[in-house]
Amino acid sequence: MEEPLERRAVISGAAQSDIGRRLYRSGLDLTIEASLRAIEDAGLTVADIDGISTYPGMGGPFGGCTGAELHDALRFSLNWRDGGAETSGQLGAVHKAILAVGAGLAKHVLCFRTVNEGSGGAMRASGGGGGAMPPAFEYLIPYGVTSAANWIGCYARRHMHDYGTTREQLGAIAINARTNAASNPQAIYTDPMTMEDYLGIRMISDPFGLYDCDVPCDGSTVVIVSHRDYAPDAPNGAVHVNAMGTALRGRPSWDQFEDLTTMAMRDSAASMWERTDLTPADVDTAQLYDGFTWLSMAWIEALGFCKKGEGGPFVEGGARIAPDGDLPLNTNGGQLSSGRLHGFGFLHEGIMQLRGTANVPVADCEVAVVGAGGGPESGCLLLTKEIR
Amino acid sequence: MSADPPPRFISPHAEGEFYWTSGADGVLRLQRCGDCRRYIHPPGPVCPYCHSRALSPEPVAGTGTIATFTINRKEWIPGFEPPYVFALVEIDEDPTIRLGTNIVGCEVDDVEIGMRVEVEFEANGEWHVPLFHPLPVERSEE
Repeated sequence: MEEPLERRAVISGAAQSDIGRRLYRSGLDLTIEASLRAIEDAGLTVADIDGISTYPGMGGPFGGCTGAELHDALRFSLNWRDGGAETSGQLGAVHKAILAVGAGLAKHVLCFRTVNEGSGGAMRASGGGGGAMPPAFEYLIPYGVTSAANWIGCYARRHMHDYGTTREQLGAIAINARTNAASNPQAIYTDPMTMEDYLGIRMISDPFGLYDCDVPCDGSTVVIVSHRDYAPDAPNGAVHVNAMGTALRGRPSWDQFEDLTTMAMRDSAASMWERTDLTPADVDTAQLYDGFTWLSMAWIEALGFCKKGEGGPFVEGGARIAPDGDLPLNTNGGQLSSGRLHGFGFLHEGIMQLRGTANVPVADCEVAVVGAGGGPESGCLLLTKEIR
Repeated sequence: MSADPPPRFISPHAEGEFYWTSGADGVLRLQRCGDCRRYIHPPGPVCPYCHSRALSPEPVAGTGTIATFTINRKEWIPGFEPPYVFALVEIDEDPTIRLGTNIVGCEVDDVEIGMRVEVEFEANGEWHVPLFHPLPVERSEE
């Protein structure tokens, strides 16, 4: 196989803004904070950055900030800029940056995802905001289902029905996240959670209770994608991109995907493994989207850490996914306890694990997989400490 | 659902408007290709299978099977009172066609995957909203 183009790219810098339930700061403000920290982390200056890439490329509480806003705010001079949601999930912004670097369009691309949903939600509740229904939801909204908890809850229930997955097994994912969040100073929820707490909390959209759902927050995550020639000069170490998963082979729909027990991650994961000689057995830590507990389980199955339908027994009891287990999962507390940074929080944590600077470090971490997205939004990355 | 129908915010694209008005005569209709005869949902301008434009709404029996569901217990929309069931129903004519809907006419806790259901229509302003209720359980003949 010809060398996959993504091997030309490294992640030379990574940082986050302050993160909180409600910070009452603008998305641009948070993005600038994370950007300046990440540029410094990469050993670069504003003048070195010649590309910007973002998901989803819009303002407001969900979008956070546009690429153009950041472009102008720090007076970047760019060779390439891109932003949009029509891509391989949230990590699509990073996939495209990797392609731009590999193609020689840019040398150092600043990738960001900013959310302002904590403050945004509060502002909506006080009468601001509002908007029209997106076309994809034309046949969902009339039935009172406006939340991903409803749409994804349907898949979780079918998984439970077909494979015997239990709420206790989903709870193992929530409790693992909460336990890990206790060591993350940026986490939103850090109080210990027991299985009794998990099972006893109010239901949102059965089979999901409140603790199956992630927590909206404010925050920005930035990574710098550079050409691998820069790796020796990255002061905090460059993380290598081994493979990326971008495939979307099923119907791009929340309700019409062919298989009701998996989602688009099935295809992202398969396409990633098609581009590398590494295998699931080589992975030292998995940072997998947990907008809802079941999504992490679906990612575990999609990536081949267990067989389809065996995600429940795989996570049961939590030992296997704990930081000292076979597959340390969401070691920063995930979105369930550390806030919905919308995929990029997992990427940041994967990078920190490979650098050896995570709050809950995984021993001898050489290979990390990062998967982001649920429903029709999906993409993943296989990252390594050394070139593999 | 009580006498006062909940706010449903129906705002169809042109190709899909029939879906929300079909129930005026008590019949559920789905878009169907006049050439390859496959059903299409959600409706669109071109058949995704044979690219024909000879598409029109055609009556279906209005019966199907619950593929999966969720019991929503949180209020997201004022006036749309929980609990209520959102389900995906596979229609008898083509089980790859899945209709999102609310299940009515039974307790939310009685809904099950595999349950047989039948359409009914809720009058809601200018629209006739397809909802589904359980069919009586068929007794197997000895």
